[in-house]
Amino acid sequence: MSEKEEPLLEVKDLETFIPTSKGEIKPVNGVSFSINKGEIVALVGESGSGKSVSSLSIMGLNASAIQYSKDSSIAFKGKDLLKLKEKEMRKIRGNEVAMIFQDPMFSLNPVHPIGRQIAESIVLHKKVKYKEALVTALDLLNKVGIPDAKRRLNDYPHQLSGGMRQRVMIAMALACDPQLIIADEPTTALDVTIQAQILNLLRKLQQESGIAILLITHDLGVVAETADRVLVMYCGKIVEEGTVEDIFENPLHPYTRGLLASVPALYGPSKEKLDTIPGVVPNPLELPKGCNFVTRCSYATEKCSQNAPTLLEHPAGNMVACWNALEEEGGIGHYETAASSIT
Amino acid sequence: MKQQPLVSLKDIKKHFPVGSGLFGKKNHFVKAVDGVSLDIYPGETVGLVGESGCGKSTTGRMVVGLSDPTGGEIYFEGKKLNEYKAKKSLGKNLQMIFQDPYSSLNPRMTVADIIAEPLVLHKVGTASERRKRVDELLERVGLASYHGNRYPIEFSGGQRQRLGIARALALQPKLIVCDEPVSALDVSIQAQILNLLKEIQNDMGLSYLFIAHGIQAVKHISDKIAVMYLGKIIEFANKEELFENPRHPYTKALLSAVPHPDPKMRNRERIILTGDLPSPANPPAGCSFHTRCPVAMEQCKRIDPNLLPTSKQSLTACLLFEDKVAN
Repeated sequence: MSEKEEPLLEVKDLETFIPTSKGEIKPVNGVSFSINKGEIVALVGESGSGKSVSSLSIMGLNASAIQYSKDSSIAFKGKDLLKLKEKEMRKIRGNEVAMIFQDPMFSLNPVHPIGRQIAESIVLHKKVKYKEALVTALDLLNKVGIPDAKRRLNDYPHQLSGGMRQRVMIAMALACDPQLIIADEPTTALDVTIQAQILNLLRKLQQESGIAILLITHDLGVVAETADRVLVMYCGKIVEEGTVEDIFENPLHPYTRGLLASVPALYGPSKEKLDTIPGVVPNPLELPKGCNFVTRCSYATEKCSQNAPTLLEHPAGNMVACWNALEEEGGIGHYETAASSIT
Repeated sequence: MKQQPLVSLKDIKKHFPVGSGLFGKKNHFVKAVDGVSLDIYPGETVGLVGESGCGKSTTGRMVVGLSDPTGGEIYFEGKKLNEYKAKKSLGKNLQMIFQDPYSSLNPRMTVADIIAEPLVLHKVGTASERRKRVDELLERVGLASYHGNRYPIEFSGGQRQRLGIARALALQPKLIVCDEPVSALDVSIQAQILNLLKEIQNDMGLSYLFIAHGIQAVKHISDKIAVMYLGKIIEFANKEELFENPRHPYTKALLSAVPHPDPKMRNRERIILTGDLPSPANPPAGCSFHTRCPVAMEQCKRIDPNLLPTSKQSLTACLLFEDKVAN
């Protein structure tokens, strides 16, 4: 992809506030990233890292609860989504940008047959007759690999298994030929054998239709299998960004390393003790001064507890927000990389 | 000398009736567990893996006596489980850790009360002795004694799971059934809990029946692993053997479906199963896996294979191996 081409989605300085009874929290605190056409970008982080709020912001969902700072912008094909009126946003949501949620049981309407649910969004966005839309719905169900799709059109969500429901969700997301799909933990609720089927399907869609996917997940295995580029989030900030190869082979941020090392190995002998990240994610109301990771980082210095590092390019190619990794080249970079210890 | 197993399951079954026929006669059953035999020896961890709906949790619940088998026998230290006069005396030796640390702790009890409850129920010690024991247990699971005065809502998911472990340890049981103890937790917290469980086992010499669908976690903690499919064990082997030389086609598919943590391995050859798990209310005839099996043969539709030894350390239920055993 050429450098000059405009990214499909460009998030700049996204900063969100949610007022709570105990004070205001900032689930996303100055996040910038972009997604190019036909690219799969993974957004990785633990619960509370702000990955879901970022995705809701792109979709313009839950807008009443989330407040944005003045400088935040989310440009989709050059248009700032945060400045759009709800009516204009509706034209984009579900049409050019679609979303797949984690739990397909709660995101499908239980009292309508699935064929009708898919056709509905086509009628809404494309101004075609319901009957034509139903034909398209059938094609979509075939495309996502639902066996005996014609009979299934009239099935209700409860008649389908978890994997099938997730396929229906994907079919619905594809209904209006979107350019970007946001998949929020699309396989977390599924068994591994079904997860493999769904991940294969997502990759096939990207390769055949050139759809860009923002994959939100906490499962590093899923990231390694599917993504082109990875963003690692911690406490509302991106702490590391790089190509999937760079992140897995040469992680620079101590948090990324910790995450990679805490996954038990599937191949080779098991370690007696797993490497862990000590402590827990800090309370969003009591974030530490300086770097958010300072309370759990074993390399933390005085500087880390005073000033927050910004995301900067490291000579190794990754973007990283860590004083140690950026300043002393070969500082923590010389330790055995986490990737080599998990494979 | 052959050691006596701590817990021994002999062909246990759990059939749930669904619907009813004429005159309320139960004539249709979901065979959640359909003939499982398994031995757990003192100090070892047996992992139980399989997709949702394969009967692994039901098996775990039957082991601790939360659910009665509809067929077969469970032996604890050589004695039939239902011969124990009161279920209570079993509770001392058999405990359970649950999947969801949010719903398994009473929100209106303090942490100290939650952990002391098993001691109270079994009339162990005086109030001050129990409080001392609670402090010991809190420390054992990596919390502090002042946490005892708090309520579950004040703890994070990982800390709550530690509380669940402390409660299970209170009576010094010989076996703990861990039903998906880490699947609700974040990756970095999972590793902490897995390490804790292993440390406790090394200190106290207890056994675990570790039920999970996360295969990496099961591999990390188990000595032996049983793979279940539609209510039956289809392969049982030592951990090393199962991972290096999986025999049953389902085990092979299950292992190859686990995402590889190295992006360079993305295009490796994988077995992707088609279709879903059949309904346990209406399992296929013959081998229950034949509808999804990539190497199914004609006779698989008719013959239900038995779990037979395929090496010193492994058992497999597949016709491919039954022939070889016969020859």
